[in-house]
Amino acid sequence: MAFDEMFTADGAVRPAYAKVAEWLDATTPEQLERRRAEAELLYQRGGITFAVYGDHEGEERIIPHDIVPRVLSSQEWSQLARGLEQRVRALNMFLGDIYGRQRALSAGVVPEDLIWRNPAFRPEMMGVRVPHDLYVHIAGIDVVRVDGDSFYVLEDNLRTPSGVSYMLGGREISIRLMLDLLNSHRVAPIENYPNELLETLCSLVPNRAYGDPTVVLLTPGQYNSAYYEHSFLADKMGVELVEGHDLFVRDEVVFMRTTEGPRRVDVIYRRIDDAFLDPLTFDPDSVLGVPGLYAAYTAGNVTLANAIGTGVADDKDMYSYVPDIIRFFLSEEPILKNVPTWRCREPKDLAYVLDHLPELVVKEVHGSGGYGMLVGPQASKAELEMFAARLGAHPENYIAQPTLALSTCPTFVDSGVAARHVDLRPFVLNGAKGIHTVPGGLTRVALRQGSLVVNSSQGGGTKDTWVIEC
Amino acid sequence: MLSRTADSLYWLSRYIERADYIARVLEMANRLSSLPVAYGGSRNEWESAIVTAGCGPAFFEAYDEPTAKNVTEFLVESERNPASIRRCLETARTNARAVRTALTTEMWETINSAWIDLKTFRATALTSRDLPRFLSWVREVSLRVDGSGYRTMLRNDAYWFSRLGIYIERTNSTARLLDTKYHVLLPEHSPVGGGLDYVQWTAILGAVSAATAYHWVYKESLKPWLVADLLILREEMPRSLAACYANIVTNLDRLARAYGRTGESQRLARSIYTAFGNSRIEDIFRRGLHEYVGAMIGSNTAVGEAIERQYLA
Repeated sequence: MAFDEMFTADGAVRPAYAKVAEWLDATTPEQLERRRAEAELLYQRGGITFAVYGDHEGEERIIPHDIVPRVLSSQEWSQLARGLEQRVRALNMFLGDIYGRQRALSAGVVPEDLIWRNPAFRPEMMGVRVPHDLYVHIAGIDVVRVDGDSFYVLEDNLRTPSGVSYMLGGREISIRLMLDLLNSHRVAPIENYPNELLETLCSLVPNRAYGDPTVVLLTPGQYNSAYYEHSFLADKMGVELVEGHDLFVRDEVVFMRTTEGPRRVDVIYRRIDDAFLDPLTFDPDSVLGVPGLYAAYTAGNVTLANAIGTGVADDKDMYSYVPDIIRFFLSEEPILKNVPTWRCREPKDLAYVLDHLPELVVKEVHGSGGYGMLVGPQASKAELEMFAARLGAHPENYIAQPTLALSTCPTFVDSGVAARHVDLRPFVLNGAKGIHTVPGGLTRVALRQGSLVVNSSQGGGTKDTWVIEC
Repeated sequence: MLSRTADSLYWLSRYIERADYIARVLEMANRLSSLPVAYGGSRNEWESAIVTAGCGPAFFEAYDEPTAKNVTEFLVESERNPASIRRCLETARTNARAVRTALTTEMWETINSAWIDLKTFRATALTSRDLPRFLSWVREVSLRVDGSGYRTMLRNDAYWFSRLGIYIERTNSTARLLDTKYHVLLPEHSPVGGGLDYVQWTAILGAVSAATAYHWVYKESLKPWLVADLLILREEMPRSLAACYANIVTNLDRLARAYGRTGESQRLARSIYTAFGNSRIEDIFRRGLHEYVGAMIGSNTAVGEAIERQYLA
């Protein structure tokens, strides 16, 4: 039985949801439907869309937004936030260590080959000092809830996590359409996220820069699935949204082409993967990047956020070592739990996984977006057999976890208001002046009954997340 | 600002203005082609529309006959015509999406809504009954885009580049209209009957929203050389060549002041603008209206290229 965030097992409403429950009782399905339709219209008119790769029909889609908010009490939140920040601090130190002295490897905290064989490991970064020793400036940590007391971390996203525009868009919807309910609570504000992001980015300015730092957001362009978010954030921060060909490097300094001639760039919030950043150093076929960017970066003339090579610390294989990484670097016990994980690369674990496949969730180590994943209890016999074969052939590509009963929240669907499974992606900002998590995050909801897959590319929706005083 | 941003703003405006102009050309063709031949209605009206729209060669690659149906289809929604109204609005929206950060919410929503609404006007729905409704919708879109920009954009380089796009495109439109219709404006043109001239001149004035303005300016009955005067030299007429250049010079000067640098585009535009002030319509007719307008299209293209070299590359 999944943990219901609104109701206790005997059907009583939990205190945090008291007013939501009252409001839902007083609102007819027609009224809900009208607000839902209005929300959809707002998204459509605003062009708040994402692209689904490999989908020929619509190049742009909107993510369904569920207007019923998800509520967390401020006590629950502060515990969660402390855990998230602890995790990001440790992972940041771990990255400095991987590309530096490698104490964690010599101490056997993490097996060496997990680094060397990892495609996200960037040998070019060995020995490169990054400004303020910060690698991860923006992190999105996916967490799920399985009972009243504990959050489990599902995944660390340390490369270019997206979704924050949907978090902010959801709040905008609440302000415009749910003001009655919103105003009956005291909800922690999140609107200052772009401002805090800008402050974080400005704090990362390379030591050699002079004058006011110039920050830009580097996007792969308008056909990227997250382009809306890129333009949204650039707009809210008041920085230029640049594409690779808007930038050039001269004498290891990055400039952008402007109507007034070249202008120096100090900090790049890049939403392009490592491999495409610089065709001279990484993928030579990339047309998205900037030739010479890597040289300017290692010369300390420009800061990239996040740093190059952070992906080595966030894949699903490394995930299972994070609690040990926290203990090793911070000498603290992890505040947030990890989901128990079987590493299929280890024969003992593989045998267990193959024996218990129908109960487990199997994930590709380097996969993302809910692709290449097996949800055992919902898989057909053929799918199970196919995955068993894949596991046998390339066990090192997979990990397995028990099927978590993700918590549920009231959600407005075709049949009315019903419980649907949710996760949460809070966003952690880690700058030279400190680490901070905006209260709440992006709640993703699996709109199909019983479904546990919340990814937007797989039929998931979003919800506004309210951290309330109660 | 980024050169690419300036470029997108400039072209965004040009494409919206172009869609508006194509809608006007189609309205004019519909009006004129519905007249009996003796009143100046001619089967050539649709061919003339294609030329006025500036896409003659592309049309004859796609179709054999300039029939009403073919021309309407080509100018309204053809995928093969980069200047069809549909493609113009789509390109404008692509440009807008590329520079969302430089647009106000109001402007973006106006353009994006137009793009969404466009889908409701399917090709099949563009029957002669629905066409007028569609064309006036297109003109409304350009009014809304123009108005939302005027009302909400900061008066900085982003605004100036978007205004430049409007006026460079509009100069081209008015000049092309004059170029294909110059023969009915010539004083020596021998009238078949008052009806022909009147309807042709009214159609031209209608295409530039100036039918009433004419009477306010000249306070006399329609004279072809005055129609030409209004469209070329009268600065108070917002679609005249002189008015377009007054705006081009103003916006280029603002850019030059803000950037602290004057360049080729400013010099070229200023010399064109000065020439309007020193011209009389009689002189233009003496030199030849057709030649004058042809040279104007050329100079305007040169200014456009200078702007691109100076700021957008």
